[in-house]
Amino acid sequence: MSKVAVIQYPGSNCDLDALEILQKIERKGTELVWHKELKREEYDAYVLPGGFSYGDYLRAGAIAATSPSLTVVREAADKNKPVLGICNGFQILVEAGLLPGAVLRNSGLRFVCTWTRLRVETTRTPFTRLSEKGETLRIPIAHGEGRYYLDKNEVQQLEQREQIVLRYVNDQNEPSDDSNPNGSVDNIAGICNEKGNVMGLMPHPERASLPILSPDGQAYGRVIFDSMLKSLNRLSA
Amino acid sequence: MPLHSYTVEVVVENKPLARDPEGETIHHNLILKGGYNQVTHVRAGKLLRMSVNAESPDNARDLVKRLCDDLRIYNPAAHTCQVRIVG
Repeated sequence: MSKVAVIQYPGSNCDLDALEILQKIERKGTELVWHKELKREEYDAYVLPGGFSYGDYLRAGAIAATSPSLTVVREAADKNKPVLGICNGFQILVEAGLLPGAVLRNSGLRFVCTWTRLRVETTRTPFTRLSEKGETLRIPIAHGEGRYYLDKNEVQQLEQREQIVLRYVNDQNEPSDDSNPNGSVDNIAGICNEKGNVMGLMPHPERASLPILSPDGQAYGRVIFDSMLKSLNRLSA
Repeated sequence: MPLHSYTVEVVVENKPLARDPEGETIHHNLILKGGYNQVTHVRAGKLLRMSVNAESPDNARDLVKRLCDDLRIYNPAAHTCQVRIVG
């Protein structure tokens, strides 16, 4: 059976939600692993959960990015294994250099906790392959530092290489200023590395993976986890 | 050579093209509102003040510059980093 690691950092607080979805809903062998205990590359996929690792000191994710667990995660990424960073996990992946750019303080200077609409921009990643390009997902965000930043010319490169995975959109499924909750460049909510096997996103799919948690009763976040697990089955088949 | 203690300051701020909403808000909603119209621009950042044992001010500055790059005290995708000896 495939095994997934949810890596726990000091200050992680969405680790148990991700574990719950993966263990109980998806019925997969998922384990919660303290970051210092993750010494060998022995899992089939890695999830870096949300939270406030090391109190967001210096910059969100900057200190956790130096954890030895990132050496293991980098090794897994090199072997094409899926690596998913959610919220603070995204910030850690960016600070560790596994994903490009920076995640800065929200343009409104406030912590924003709200439901967002996200448009799937590519289905080439192990986390979106069961969705459709252009599909809208409703998934909540909860962060104070979520403004994705990269220089303009580098964003173009990101677009050309199909590394932009999710964008914040309005009711018409279009990226717009009023649907951009944090001032991210080009409404970017989630990106992947060049190979596509490392993805980071600010929204919390684990908080939208049970119908009872969603305002319209649909578990939109499941597609991220379902896609990842489907990829694992393919890899192990 | 004997070591001396030097005070080194590190200032991290957003690159000119990366918006700095905190600096903008301090400028518009506090400084200009308070009537200090001669202030035309405000940039907020982060200041780290370090005490460093080194042989000379240059050595102290070089060491801090190196650690800022090594440990990613700033994220070069979005920030600039200045290192200066203040004492």
